[in-house]
Amino acid sequence: MNTLTVAGSLAAPPFQPPDIDYGLLLPMLVVFTAGVLAVLVEAFAPREVRRSFQVGLSLLAVGAAFGLTLVQAASPQLPETGGILVAGGTVAVDRPTLFLQAVILLLSFVSLLLIAERRVGDGSFAAEAAAVPGSEEERQGILAGREHSEVYPLVLFAVLGMLLFPAANDLLTMFIALEVLSMPLYLLCGLARRRRLLSQEAAVKYFLLGAFSSAFFLFGIAMIYGYAGSVRLSAIADAAAAAGGGEVLLLLGIALIAVGLLFKIGAVPFHNWKPDVYQGAPTPITAFMASVTLVSAFGAMLRVFYVAFGAMAWDWRPMIWVVAILTMVVGAVVAVTQTNVKRLLAYSSVVHAGFILTALAATSAQGLGASLFYLAVYGFSTIGAFAIVTLVRDSQGEAVRLDQWRGLARRSPLLALSFALFLLGFAGIPLTSGFIAKFAVFEAALAAGGTPLVVVGVLSSAVTAFFYARIIVVMFFTGADEPAEEPGSGAAVAESAHAQEAAGGVSVRTRPAPAVTEAAPQVEVVKPGLLSQAVIAIGAAATLVLGVVPQPVLDLATQAAQHLFVR
Amino acid sequence: MSAIPWLTIAIVLPLIGSVVVAAMPSSGAERAKQVTLAFSVLVLAVVAAMALQFSPGGPRFQFEEVYPWIPAFGISYAVGVDGIALLLILLSALLVPLVVLAGWNEVDASTSKYSTKTYFALILVLEAMMIAVFAATDVFLFYVVFEAMLIPVYFMIGGFGTGRRRYAAIKFLLYSLFGGLLMLVAVIGLYVAAGQQGEATFLWEPLAAMAADIDPATARWLFLGFFIAFAIKAPLWPVHTWLPSAAESARPGTAVLLVGVLDKVGTFGMLRFCLELFPEASRWAAWPIVILALISILYGAVVAIGQTDMMRLVAYTSVSHFGFIVLGVFAFTTQGHAGAALYMVNHGLSTGALFLIVGFLMLRRTERSQLIGDYTGVGRTAPLLAGTFLVAGLASLSLPGLSPFVSEFLVFMGTFTRYPVIAIIAALGVILAALYILWLYQRTMTGPRPEGAAPFADLSPRELLAVGPLVALLVLLGLFPQPMLDVVNPAVESTLEQVGATDPAPEVPAAAEEGTSE
Repeated sequence: MNTLTVAGSLAAPPFQPPDIDYGLLLPMLVVFTAGVLAVLVEAFAPREVRRSFQVGLSLLAVGAAFGLTLVQAASPQLPETGGILVAGGTVAVDRPTLFLQAVILLLSFVSLLLIAERRVGDGSFAAEAAAVPGSEEERQGILAGREHSEVYPLVLFAVLGMLLFPAANDLLTMFIALEVLSMPLYLLCGLARRRRLLSQEAAVKYFLLGAFSSAFFLFGIAMIYGYAGSVRLSAIADAAAAAGGGEVLLLLGIALIAVGLLFKIGAVPFHNWKPDVYQGAPTPITAFMASVTLVSAFGAMLRVFYVAFGAMAWDWRPMIWVVAILTMVVGAVVAVTQTNVKRLLAYSSVVHAGFILTALAATSAQGLGASLFYLAVYGFSTIGAFAIVTLVRDSQGEAVRLDQWRGLARRSPLLALSFALFLLGFAGIPLTSGFIAKFAVFEAALAAGGTPLVVVGVLSSAVTAFFYARIIVVMFFTGADEPAEEPGSGAAVAESAHAQEAAGGVSVRTRPAPAVTEAAPQVEVVKPGLLSQAVIAIGAAATLVLGVVPQPVLDLATQAAQHLFVR
Repeated sequence: MSAIPWLTIAIVLPLIGSVVVAAMPSSGAERAKQVTLAFSVLVLAVVAAMALQFSPGGPRFQFEEVYPWIPAFGISYAVGVDGIALLLILLSALLVPLVVLAGWNEVDASTSKYSTKTYFALILVLEAMMIAVFAATDVFLFYVVFEAMLIPVYFMIGGFGTGRRRYAAIKFLLYSLFGGLLMLVAVIGLYVAAGQQGEATFLWEPLAAMAADIDPATARWLFLGFFIAFAIKAPLWPVHTWLPSAAESARPGTAVLLVGVLDKVGTFGMLRFCLELFPEASRWAAWPIVILALISILYGAVVAIGQTDMMRLVAYTSVSHFGFIVLGVFAFTTQGHAGAALYMVNHGLSTGALFLIVGFLMLRRTERSQLIGDYTGVGRTAPLLAGTFLVAGLASLSLPGLSPFVSEFLVFMGTFTRYPVIAIIAALGVILAALYILWLYQRTMTGPRPEGAAPFADLSPRELLAVGPLVALLVLLGLFPQPMLDVVNPAVESTLEQVGATDPAPEVPAAAEEGTSE
């Protein structure tokens, strides 16, 4: 303590605490406070009320933060053409950031609904995460109907990190945000209630690879600091502009930072964690990662590349081109061979990251606006799709093998129709939000001279359309007329479908408990609880409405992006 | 133009109908069919009322409506028709009620695991899209409908078809989607190019006005993007292979709409978009395309002769006929274009009738065989069936006196003035057409009645009502083609003007002048 003060007084003028405008940080502070409170609730509230407390608290916090973000966006304090730097310039509040934060909070809210769902298979989270899978202790926990409610504070802290990540205006703050968002996610991945070994494996994989990529990121920061003498994004931009670029340190720094960020968004060749982690993690957490984390990571990436390295676009654009092309092609081609629905959605998420990268490479306001719009619409469809994955189950939990989805359309037409809608959205079929989003990014890329990118993008769209169409075929056109492939259940399925048609209802119905004792596990569609229903409805509505009348949201994204990030 | 938004009504009405049909209880299939029929007849009435108000001497696009849709990208909801589009919309509106009538018993619980009403709801959705695609005067709106049309057809084939329907449905989807995505690149590229010319828009008219100013190299690439999509849709050899599979596995009613109307979007698109938006590129690409068209004509005809499946046979004849249409389009003469435009309508009528009658034939066999070898001597017990089949078949081979003859003759004349050698070789297609049609007729309709088999029932009044109007129109328009020509000609002339706008001296000046002066 003494030495520190002495050293401080010798080296520099007395430490001036930065003037912090807490009002502008309020959304993040609300989420942070709620997270801390949630930890206290976990410690002191009795087990019976804990969960309801946590759910209410986290939904309230995220909702309030969303409201505050809207207030900020509308407040006259925010200049029309720029933004405000807060906390000594480490955090930026500008229009693209507010758009991203609003999207993050909205998507988090929807994800939280899915996370809180308990009607489907007793929830998705482990009863006793610390118990060895298959042990007596675990069995006791399940019998007692327990569930880890630590999930909620963890999610809140992750949301905090995700809010800070795209807002961070210097590389060190950004690194801290990265860690704050990643650590809870590593834990959450390992908390699946079923297939726990797979889940724990996913968590370890994600942690090891994530730590590795964080190290790259940190090393990149060191290089950049060595070059520019500052970690502030604007200072880096100034240094790069003054020197004309090209220095080895700077280029190395850009490359290393890019590795760290590309890992988070799952671009090829840093995508290998995605299928494993998406498959192993509890599905609500997968939905959370696939939507909210992607938004946040892309937000940070956009900021770094537009603000700090904007002047160096000619140097890094070839790299982003190569990565984008690889991401689209590899993701699409590998996805074709997948037979697991969650892995397939993971690869689809890889491909989509590639599409957004084409707009990033445009380095224009148009590209930024297109990316913002894309991130928003993709997030909603993704959460909806994963919500449906939680509903198709067999005795061992979720039935994720594609062949188990056979003939789903006849058992639950509404469910199959919603999933088909999400898939059509991912495939970018007109009149869905995915099409408008793809149109926006490709248009931005084309206007910026990225014709080859767009051609590759469109061709990979065709490939992805193939595997989306294949799922639709499996759900709609396969089934009762292939009794050999689905022993035993064919007749029962047809029977129930007929019963349903006779009843005239198109609602999702629980199949009557099968009396057949087959060796093959029976796949059934669980009746979704109110929360899952809401999640699916929100996702489907967003996919459809933003496909038909995208103008309002498109306007928001374009206006937000008009003046780029504040420097 | 007009206070009443005719086109929007014609687009929205079937959509409402489809929602109504879809909302009906599954048990009342009969009621669902009646409602579908009522809505489609209503649409036909609306379209017919609109057509009566169309003035051939008036502005090129009539009944125009323009509303901003996504201003951020310069996208509008813009509809309007010229003569060609009007005829194709009429054709669509006419074919739908006939298909509903003809397909009354085509789909039931035994043929599909989905409820019957779904099929009819899909038909109405498709009708709305067919009208919208021909009416769209905004390139983006056209593209959106062009792609969205795939979805109802995909489900109609995949969910209600026969045989290898899943394979056929996905093949159809992938082919079309691939073409559509190439077109998407071109659509975006066109928008960017228009932005460089000053006005970033998707509206057809300003785009056509600035067509000559787009950088030629860019225009050629954009042309190719559009053309490949349309060639797949049309379908032109060598990207035709999805059509026989789709037609084979589709219900005859689906096949009528698929081949009779949907494929016309391809040739219509070539006329409206390829030629007028990229005139220079169209002339640049004319030769290779004419050769491809020629190959399509001959290849389709030869392969049709060898078919054993009636649905496939009719599909291949269409490949041949589409070759004629493309030939007419890329001949760049008045007769060629007018012939091509008329051909689209006439082909819809004749092929529609053929598919419907083949469908009737199939329904008379309990196992619904599509194989030619399973039928013989049908005409002995079912003279009406055989008679209408013969008329439709003769129309398909362009017998003088029936309407396809007029269009085929015009196409030949128009092509001959510019590419005499090509026209002469293409004429072989007519001889082959006689072979495939007459041989098909001979094998199925004539000959002894199979022993021990139950006699074929003749056409029921409902079936006659479905196919009768088509046969009547084939005869009527064959004898009096002038009204149709009057409607089509202004559009044709302005297209030619647009194509020739940058090239006042055509390759064969004498022939072209002769063409336009007539």
